[in-house]
Amino acid sequence: MSRSQADVIIVGGGIMGAATAFFLRQRGRSVILLERGLVGQQASGTNFGNVRRQGRFLPQLPLANRSREIWGKLPELIQHDAEFLMSGHIRVCYRDEQADEFEIYAKEAGQYGLKLDLFRGAEMRARFPFLGPEVLAASYSEKDGHANPRLAAPAFGRAAARLGAEIVENTEIATVEKEGAEFRATSTAGRTFHAPALLVTAGAWGSLLSEQFGEPVPIAVHGPQMAVTEPTTYGIHPVVGVSSPHIEEVLYFRQVKRGNIVIGGCARGPAYPDVRRAYVLPQNTLLQFRQMHRLAPALSKLNIIRVWSGIEGYMPDDRPIMGASGNVSGLYYAFGFCGHGFQLGPGVGDTMAELIDTGATSTPLEPFDIRRFAAVATQAQQPA
Amino acid sequence: MNGRFIRLGETGRKTVRIRVDDKDVEALAGDTLLVAMLCSVDHVRQSEFGNEVRAGFCLMGACQDCWVWTAEGERLRACTTVVSEGLQIVTTQAEAQWANL
Amino acid sequence: MGQPVMGQPRIIIVGAGPAGVRCAQTLLGAGISPTVIDESRRDGGQIYRRQPENFGRPYTKLYGTEAARAEDLHTTFERLRAKIDYRPNTLAWNVAEHKLHIVHEGHASALPYDALILCPGATDRLMPVKGWQYAGTYSLGASQIALKSQAVSIGRKVVFMGSGPLLYLVASQYVQAGAQVAAVLDTSKFGQRLRALPKLLARPDVLKKGAALVSSLKKAGVAVVNGIEPMEIIGTDAAGVQGVKYLDASGREQQVACDAVALGYHLRPETQLADLARCVFRFDEQTRQWLPQIDELGRSSEAGVYLAGDGVRILGADGAELAGRLAAYAALADFGHTIGASTLDDLKRQQEKMDRFRLGLVEAFPWPAAQAARLSDDTVVCRCEGITVGELRRVTRDEGACEANRAKAFSRVGMGRCQGRYCGHAAAEIIADAAGVPVEMVGRLRGQAPVKPLSIATVEEVE
Repeated sequence: MSRSQADVIIVGGGIMGAATAFFLRQRGRSVILLERGLVGQQASGTNFGNVRRQGRFLPQLPLANRSREIWGKLPELIQHDAEFLMSGHIRVCYRDEQADEFEIYAKEAGQYGLKLDLFRGAEMRARFPFLGPEVLAASYSEKDGHANPRLAAPAFGRAAARLGAEIVENTEIATVEKEGAEFRATSTAGRTFHAPALLVTAGAWGSLLSEQFGEPVPIAVHGPQMAVTEPTTYGIHPVVGVSSPHIEEVLYFRQVKRGNIVIGGCARGPAYPDVRRAYVLPQNTLLQFRQMHRLAPALSKLNIIRVWSGIEGYMPDDRPIMGASGNVSGLYYAFGFCGHGFQLGPGVGDTMAELIDTGATSTPLEPFDIRRFAAVATQAQQPA
Repeated sequence: MNGRFIRLGETGRKTVRIRVDDKDVEALAGDTLLVAMLCSVDHVRQSEFGNEVRAGFCLMGACQDCWVWTAEGERLRACTTVVSEGLQIVTTQAEAQWANL
Repeated sequence: MGQPVMGQPRIIIVGAGPAGVRCAQTLLGAGISPTVIDESRRDGGQIYRRQPENFGRPYTKLYGTEAARAEDLHTTFERLRAKIDYRPNTLAWNVAEHKLHIVHEGHASALPYDALILCPGATDRLMPVKGWQYAGTYSLGASQIALKSQAVSIGRKVVFMGSGPLLYLVASQYVQAGAQVAAVLDTSKFGQRLRALPKLLARPDVLKKGAALVSSLKKAGVAVVNGIEPMEIIGTDAAGVQGVKYLDASGREQQVACDAVALGYHLRPETQLADLARCVFRFDEQTRQWLPQIDELGRSSEAGVYLAGDGVRILGADGAELAGRLAAYAALADFGHTIGASTLDDLKRQQEKMDRFRLGLVEAFPWPAAQAARLSDDTVVCRCEGITVGELRRVTRDEGACEANRAKAFSRVGMGRCQGRYCGHAAAEIIADAAGVPVEMVGRLRGQAPVKPLSIATVEEVE
């Protein structure tokens, strides 16, 4: 049976895996990327496409900043811009509490190098004339924007392949084991792949692999509720998102240069990782319409032409799993990005490549350590 | 008439007046908006992604090629909308400020 | 107004064309009053599309040899209208969790069902030709709708191009109505029709009508050319269509001046609701397309979902009426009604004849799959998004997009307002050719709601 060998095996060909493969090749490491379907088909290809830093858990900003720098350099790095547009990004709110929170966040984010401008009242209406009358405040991040999730991960995959990475699609991994100093991944067809280092970037399926190494994590799986309008004249530049403690109000949208407006939020939908299907519930689409009347009333004139969902993995503390394994040397993780991983993708790739290649990284990853769930896992294994 | 469609009969119907790009257009009661427009003008909209004008395609509400803007900024699918008195249609793209309140 | 009766299954029919009407009639005959949803303002579907109420043309003028059938269908519906829950101007935009999601005049509601019988009909099947994005290019069906329901011709001088029985029928109707037909350009070869004769003879009356159409066109001086290959629809951005260039059967370039083209290659079923209802599809070799799977009565792979008429496979109006009845019987049987074996046998025998004829049509007027490989790179394949054949080939060859949805994700083909209705089949052929794989391997575009564009102004109806 066929046997392949490399410095690093990556299991999971979303943007995390594809970007890591690319950056590892840049560092001269040989890489095999294993993907059950096609690169970028799952969460990486179905998400909203936000490339934003504001609103993130503050300790995640160094990673997000690192990633943002790479977004701006995509054409020279991977010969593809993934339609990244530095359009700006605004978080808006309907209540004073959130407006106050914007101010606090702006100060703290400033310490991480993220500059945010706050707008209210007439100034806000002049700057963002499409906002509905209920909107109280807007926090604007000039250097954030959006990109095309359908294109980004595949572009990284092709760039990695051009640098010599072995990209193996349509290959489902049945088992992963470590024997001595080497990991062995075996496909359902019996092919084996061997390397001293293994990275799990299997998204919503990441826990299935981490548990094979004694590190299960409580991952929950949900489907984003997405919709897109017909194309119309390009006129709304920033990405717009609502900040609210009530999930049904958390609507976001972005207009692409071709004129379509991509819409997401307000609810999470059903996702079935076993059969790789996820659905948009009709009531969620209608809910998004209701919220759009509030957020940007003029968009009510448009028609949506398609909805879609995807399979996203969520951790209970809304932070991903990232970093080295707590149990097994040579084993690394980057999965479970809680629906906010797209912007982080290039940065995760660069960071994980650095970590795997050198054993350390300048970007702090402690908040994402898999060991934070070890106690939970141990408890779960105790007899009742 | 600079229209694209040719009336072959059924012309003894009540007149309905609409406006297309600020010009008066006379239609007949029972016309679809698409037919009403194309009996007087030769297109209903501009293509978004090409330089050509468009004039509908399937006439049965399937191709979605005949969505037009009203002067008030509403969307109408011309082939499945019955023409009504006073409709005002623009055949050009919405302006960049279309979303502003 | 029909109301759901206690203890009766709630049955929803989508489509008030031949299949839907006969389905409703059959259900009523068994004492069940269905809800009938139709997107149009009037019943009748497409082939028996009704003219507006203030038009005066008689049935014979509108429907020719089919006048009696059309009138019977319409009067049948008039009779049962009051006994059903009829919802015209209502779009079924989604189906989920045994509810049909509809919208009417901007108000959305969800109708629970015990049985859903989908009779959404068909649209024209199109193969792109260079220049088909110019104003003045219409589907063949469109040219017939223009005449039948609006008494207009699509242009001063019309070329009818493509293949299928409609080609000759509509061209002939145009001539009779006083429109100017520049030419009828048929891609099928006369030999194909000869070979299909045995199957076509399954419906000798229809075959006779077809032959009569061709001779009436020739008598009227219309150029009827067989075995052609379309080359280009000539036109300008501002003025639209100005002519058609084609290769005749001897391979010589020919040109016809016109200001309108009616283009089409028979029909393709509207399968979006079946797809959303999670019906299993299978690849149909003969017609080179994916069709929802049904048993001989119209049961889909999903319990409680039945499919009938041109919306599942193209049988034509007569076949659709039959299929509507059969689907109703299937639902009735599944709800415990006893259906006479002789009734079913008789209907099934008729349907077998229809199916033989259908296969004869497919053989005589085949989908011109081979044209796809010969399309120039600068031909537009996706009219909605303005994507060229060359761009589609590029993502297939250079970016490894050998599957329909992957190619859509990379090229945008099928991402527009029509969601692949008019480019999907051609795109699959182009991808298959560029990738060097059988077209079945390319798969099909995954259907997503809404079935048609849905306004963000839509409000949920409060119960």
